[in-house]
Amino acid sequence: MSEHLPILQIVVPMVSSLICILLRRRLLSWAFAFTVSAITLVMSATLLARVYAGGTIIYELGGWSPPWGIEYRIDILNAFVLLLVSIISTVVLLYAPSSVADEIPASRHHYFYSAYLLCLTGLLGVTITGDAFNLFVFLEISALSSYILISQGKDRRALMASYQYLVMGTLGATFIVIGIGLLYAVTGTLNMADISARLDEVGSNRTVLVAFAFLTVGMSLKLAMFPLYLWLPNAYCYAPSIVTAFLASTATKVSIYVFLRFVFTIFGRDFAFDTMHLDAILMPLALIGIFVGSLVAIFQTNIKRMLAYSSVAQIGYMMLGISFLSVTGLTGGIVHLFNHGVMKGALFLAVGCVVLRTGSANLDDFRGLGKRMPITMAAFVLAGVSLIGVPLTVGFVSKWYLVLAALEQGYWPVAVLILLASLLAVAYIWRIVEVAYFQEAPEDAPEVKEAPFLMQVGMWTLIVGTYYFGISTSMTVSVARKAAEMLMGASS
Amino acid sequence: MSDPTTIILAILLPTLAAPFFALLGKNPNLRDTATLSIGTVLFLVVLSLLPAVSGGGRPSVEIVQILPGVSLGFRVEPLGMLFALVASGLWIVTTVYGIGYMRGHHEENQTRFFVFFAIAISAALGVAFASNVLTLFIFYEVLTLSTYPLVTHHRSEDAKKAGRIYLGILVSTSVTFLLLAVVWTYHLTGTLEFTPGGILEGKASDNMIIVLLALFVFGTGKAAVMPFHRWLPAAMVAPTPVSALLHAVAVVKAGVFTVMKIVVYVFGIDFLGNSGLSVWLMYVAGATILISSLVAMTKDNLKARLAYSTISQLSYIVLGAALANNWGVIGGSMHIAMHAFGKITLFFCAGAILVATHKTDISDMAGIGRRMPVTMIAFLIGSLSVIGLPPMGGSWSKWYLALGAADAGQLALVAVLMISSLLNIAYLIPVVARAFFVPLPEGEEDTGIKEAPAFCVAPLCFTATGCVVLFFYADDLYRLVSGIVVQP
Repeated sequence: MSEHLPILQIVVPMVSSLICILLRRRLLSWAFAFTVSAITLVMSATLLARVYAGGTIIYELGGWSPPWGIEYRIDILNAFVLLLVSIISTVVLLYAPSSVADEIPASRHHYFYSAYLLCLTGLLGVTITGDAFNLFVFLEISALSSYILISQGKDRRALMASYQYLVMGTLGATFIVIGIGLLYAVTGTLNMADISARLDEVGSNRTVLVAFAFLTVGMSLKLAMFPLYLWLPNAYCYAPSIVTAFLASTATKVSIYVFLRFVFTIFGRDFAFDTMHLDAILMPLALIGIFVGSLVAIFQTNIKRMLAYSSVAQIGYMMLGISFLSVTGLTGGIVHLFNHGVMKGALFLAVGCVVLRTGSANLDDFRGLGKRMPITMAAFVLAGVSLIGVPLTVGFVSKWYLVLAALEQGYWPVAVLILLASLLAVAYIWRIVEVAYFQEAPEDAPEVKEAPFLMQVGMWTLIVGTYYFGISTSMTVSVARKAAEMLMGASS
Repeated sequence: MSDPTTIILAILLPTLAAPFFALLGKNPNLRDTATLSIGTVLFLVVLSLLPAVSGGGRPSVEIVQILPGVSLGFRVEPLGMLFALVASGLWIVTTVYGIGYMRGHHEENQTRFFVFFAIAISAALGVAFASNVLTLFIFYEVLTLSTYPLVTHHRSEDAKKAGRIYLGILVSTSVTFLLLAVVWTYHLTGTLEFTPGGILEGKASDNMIIVLLALFVFGTGKAAVMPFHRWLPAAMVAPTPVSALLHAVAVVKAGVFTVMKIVVYVFGIDFLGNSGLSVWLMYVAGATILISSLVAMTKDNLKARLAYSTISQLSYIVLGAALANNWGVIGGSMHIAMHAFGKITLFFCAGAILVATHKTDISDMAGIGRRMPVTMIAFLIGSLSVIGLPPMGGSWSKWYLALGAADAGQLALVAVLMISSLLNIAYLIPVVARAFFVPLPEGEEDTGIKEAPAFCVAPLCFTATGCVVLFFYADDLYRLVSGIVVQP
């Protein structure tokens, strides 16, 4: 049984998403989705432990050995991403019932949870598979189901946002499939390990270069790297609260994983950075993304949109870590992938509580919330200071490794820029603190009370994670470092 | 109780007690009694570490490894011991005063005040006991964040602006300069542990050392070295007990403590002293001393004048560190305690005047000595200590600092110290003179003696007495801090 864990990781949520449609009772479908997600969490934690101790796990689907069959290949990097996805999914589902009841008509709940599980399947599938075409299929599964999820937002603009994401996402996916097709043309295989081996023999010809270009641009669209992030703010802003929290913490992270996989494992570090000089584009774009995202965030009046722009900036940090092309830099990038997932999830869940009680996420609705929803606002501030990178939080750990990596490479100005950018985070977080704690609620504001118990539990779980992994970094950092060493070593 | 437990208890006690203060918020008497008892217990806990430390021991504890080779860890050495004693001792006094002031002045949200005050004390003790630069940095930032709600206590537009300056300067200096310096030091040496003799010698070129020292000093915005001093005058919108916390108990002291600790245990005074790489800092400190004294003379608002006086006095300590010789370090360290007692007395007096008469400007304080003789005599004693005249404690630290400057061959800085004393006289003594010798303005009746509530007056008498006591018992203090430069 346990040797089939890799396939169960995918099959369980996939089959469950179909079963979920049949569960027409509101709470039943929720409880079912939550249980399934919790099971995937246990499985991914087991997989990570196993990979950490015993090295890469290779699973051949249906006993067909590659390159004929599909292979699932789990190493320390994707095991870590699997864990992130399933943790966030489970916590978000724990938080979900009241929020979903508020934002989505009761008759559609089972469809909603079904799409959610399908999205989870897609994200896990993208991460776990060792087959390039299979990866594309799962990428589309997760993308299509996330279009559905986003369009469920209360505001009618959610439809537009979802459509926008659909256009951009499809563009990205098309680029990716073209890239994969070209690689298949050159190497005659779809298994990623095989492609990598054969690319070494082929060397760099024009087809490979074009494939690289298509894949890089396609993935950059998916992971919302500056300047290809335009789909992201609307999608995060108008989606239902829990969808925003789930996608913001996982979807872009999975895309970054795919980026790492293609650039480092398939094309190889030498090709991507020495031949193609990817870092020469990556580093400036990452830095510009950090500053543009943070600056735009300062001027947003909708907090969900503000956090979305903040995500653009944070993705910049991750890409910056990758662009250093050193073990420390990659460690910083990969650990930030996890850390940002946890803290941004916490922030979006806190905003979800506010949306539930006040009906919107506009800055004006935060007036006086410091007194009216003290627990939620405390959570928001605690997660917000992590985004700034105050010590004892996960944000600090990421920043530490990024600055250290910059210093190691002798990139002084970059180190200073990273630190200056965290001041911009102070600006956009403190704006909300001032409104919530220094302004009184308007006279005609509706009475609000604290969010329901389960929402609090979900939110505070991630807050505890934000501080736990900020103080005890041994798990996250050692896993990220192992992954970084693997990526740097595997391609040298 | 073993030493590690004691250290952890000292740091956690105020924070763990804070929620109980919040729960007791409905019953102010009970809440304030609880705060006072916790304060007393805390002081005793900190005091119990003293014998070991003065005996040459360095009690330490490691909690968890945060980064490879860097733990969240604590080690008590004489400088930290001194700061911890000052912070925990003055917490009790400030709490007593806070009770009188907050009630006498009818402040709102008193519970919140006591809660964040307690957390700030925890943070200050964390700074004091930190065994490496990262731990110190962590608690330094916690101290900034936990004092923000105190500085902005009134939630007014003014408070919000002051809060922005406070947080803006302290966070931006610490995040851009201090953190960069910390990461850089880690990159150069592979460790962040505070080590007698320093860790940087031979690891970097002279120019890099100068840049690093600048990053550390200016990154420690709490030390208020010009041009990063603006937050301190801005923060005077806060209630007076908060000003006492900022100026005497914890915040600025954490700043100069950090500078001193980093100079002694990261750079090493022999290294800095012999290489002369900190000479520029002596002049920056000297300039801050003179300029802020001059600015203080122009301020009519009593708290603003005291704030600039603090900026000036802090640079005495920074100067002591920059001198990088035994006298400088001893003088600077002693000045942490001496200035704390002197300045807290002055702020307590300013607050007492506000509570009793609602006056904030010095020009309105004519004849006030007749109404509040006790307060104004205490103010005189505090002033004399800040000026550095015997028989007040402040005279000793100035003496050693002057010795240090002479020892380093910096006669110009000896002159700076002397001129500064004259300037101190010029901006502090007129306040007392006006209070006693200028008659009450027309239209104000002589109401006889009308002091602030006893809870306000008792603490300021206590700290004023402390200024005198420290003069006579400076020997003990000297022996404690000399453990910083003379290794046991």
